[in-house]
Amino acid sequence: MSSPSKDPLAPARPNWMSNPRVRALIFQALVLAAVFALLGYIFHNTVSNLEQRGITTGFGFLDREAGFGIIQSLIPYTPASTYGRTFLVGLVNTLLVSALGIVLATLLGLIIGIARLSKNWLIARLAAIYIETFRNIPLLLQVLFWYFAVLQALPSPRQSLSIGEWAFLNIRGVYLPEPVPGQGFGWVVLALAIAVALVIWLRRWAHRRQLRTGQPFHTIYVSAGLLLGLPAVVFLFLGMPLTWSLPSLHGFNFTGGITMIPELTALLVALTIYTASSIAEIVRSGILAVSHGQTEAAYSLGLNPGNTTRLVVLPQALRVIVPPLTSQYLNLVKNSSLATAIGYPDLVNVFAGTTLNQTGQAVVIIGMTMGVYLTLSLLISLFMNWYNQRVALIER
Amino acid sequence: MKEYQPHPDLPPPVSQVGVLGWFRRNLFSSPLNSLLTVVALYLLYLSVPPVIEWAFIKASWVGSDRSACTAGGACWVFIEARFGQFIYGFYPPDQWWRVNLGALLLVAALIWLMLPRLPAKRWVGVFVLLIYPFLAFALFHGGVAGLPVVRTTQWGGLMLTLILSSVGIVAALPFGILLALGRRSKMPIVRALCVAFIELWRGVPLITVLFMASVMLPLFMPEGADVDKLMRALIGIALFQSAYIAEVVRGGLQAIPRGQQEAAESLGLNYWKLMALVILPQALKLVIPGLVTTFIELFKDTTLVSIIGLFDLLGIVQSAFTDPKWLGFALEGFVFAGALYWLFCFGMSRYSMHLERRFDTGHKR
Repeated sequence: MSSPSKDPLAPARPNWMSNPRVRALIFQALVLAAVFALLGYIFHNTVSNLEQRGITTGFGFLDREAGFGIIQSLIPYTPASTYGRTFLVGLVNTLLVSALGIVLATLLGLIIGIARLSKNWLIARLAAIYIETFRNIPLLLQVLFWYFAVLQALPSPRQSLSIGEWAFLNIRGVYLPEPVPGQGFGWVVLALAIAVALVIWLRRWAHRRQLRTGQPFHTIYVSAGLLLGLPAVVFLFLGMPLTWSLPSLHGFNFTGGITMIPELTALLVALTIYTASSIAEIVRSGILAVSHGQTEAAYSLGLNPGNTTRLVVLPQALRVIVPPLTSQYLNLVKNSSLATAIGYPDLVNVFAGTTLNQTGQAVVIIGMTMGVYLTLSLLISLFMNWYNQRVALIER
Repeated sequence: MKEYQPHPDLPPPVSQVGVLGWFRRNLFSSPLNSLLTVVALYLLYLSVPPVIEWAFIKASWVGSDRSACTAGGACWVFIEARFGQFIYGFYPPDQWWRVNLGALLLVAALIWLMLPRLPAKRWVGVFVLLIYPFLAFALFHGGVAGLPVVRTTQWGGLMLTLILSSVGIVAALPFGILLALGRRSKMPIVRALCVAFIELWRGVPLITVLFMASVMLPLFMPEGADVDKLMRALIGIALFQSAYIAEVVRGGLQAIPRGQQEAAESLGLNYWKLMALVILPQALKLVIPGLVTTFIELFKDTTLVSIIGLFDLLGIVQSAFTDPKWLGFALEGFVFAGALYWLFCFGMSRYSMHLERRFDTGHKR
């Protein structure tokens, strides 16, 4: 009974320490102080370490001449370009392999995922073997495998494997024909754009008409006709203003056409095959998640199989598929950094690798590289979340 | 009146039962399916016989150097000659028993944990998580109890792969749990810090984390403090992995009904007791399959340390086939390493499926 309160019957005032709100405030202040202390300690150490090594930080080095070559760049680049330019070249190369990888992996994953659900026992088994094999082997091993064991074992340019006179495959890469638009090809592109606009308008019109009168309209056939026909008519009318630049052997190397260097080929093949195995499982689980009763209900309403898939099964499956698919896309973009292992000039290789070694600007360069990946991840998440909201179940 | 004679049932048509029926149902149920079957069979015919011929029929099995590889197929002599290195790295051969002993201890403890019948799981778990890492380090590194020192630069091969992945997950687990709790905390500053930490590490590739660890960690340290290369990689991996574990654990925390927390609060438990005694045991049990999955991902991702110059299984296989004495055996090396990784990952994924089925009871409504 050491309480100083006057009235012995009044409830004891709790200690201020046991007030949850006060405790939370104190705890947060402590955490914040600890984090700042740690960051300050790291910052202090870094500054003194950099001073000792005579390295000045900042973005000034980006304007200096790089002085090294890069084996593939989609934007103009020479060894006389700046370090800032190497950053851009690396970024563009990363974006190229990521975009190609996302498209190809989605297509392959979709096919394999559906194949695993096939009624054909053999096809389903083969798809399962594909998934279990490639999912359980590290991606880096697959990248190295395609690069060192497969592509390095290809013949020299003179003994290239070829598909007619069109495509060639040899130790220096893949050679594909390149379309060269001639005079007036812009009109064909314009015709295609008009066709796309017409198709969108047609779909809206058909939808409105069906709501009003109940009459369906064959939008698919008419759209296909518009999309193919209109540009084709313009194309023929202008006298086919498109030529193909075919790769051909001159001396020791191929000229003309599109060249895919072996580094890009190996990375792309590995990324596609590896990611497709995960996407296939996602697709499968998405389709299985739609209960069979939905299909039966749709049939009993008289929908044909095509419409059942398009209007009933797919929209429900997409809800399950889209969120994990987003993570796979993010993974693919991040995994494209394995390019470093085989020398494909992506961001990590030319910027966090060569540029870092030459300039010693570890803090800025690693920071910029991580910043790029964080931004890319954020952009993909934003886009896919927007898409997810569009396909998500709308409840009351 | 004619007596009713039961007609014996006709047997089902031959085309519906037995082998023939199976073939019809599963391989030739429609024209499209028949076509697919034929195409698949043709692809198998194109791919399987050459692989078997390369790997087994024309392979060379015995010998000591590359001159033994004359049969035209795979040269498994290469794997045999380098097997010790693939498993132990540059660990001195007369000290291999130490690694074997450490591995044996771990395997015994893990088997104990996996078999449902055996008692005292908690103590074995405490041993694996808290005591074993130090014991194993003392055993592998030496310098105590008269064991000669083996520097971490000599560690390599499968041994290093297993060390990296297991230390990575054990170190990341407590930190990841704290992060998950922080992310679900009602305190805005703590929550913001945890979200920022998790999203930062999940948004960047592991390679950049490893680069950061190997290049920047020495800068972060006070002058003169030198961090071992292996230690740097481990720190990077643990930070990266804790973010992933945090998200898995968060999933488990979200699955626990609110009533559990309210009941614990009404008993007068404070936050830490509530979490440690009521919520976390249930949440962690729920996410064991998810943790196994992150472990599989980590196991595959440890291969990236070969990029920063550590000789894990993949790194040492790669260095072996670039050795001038064994040039040209990349394929054998990759097949061997791939098969090893596959065995581990496939085994673990099967185990996680088994766990999912085992724990699939109490939480169905």
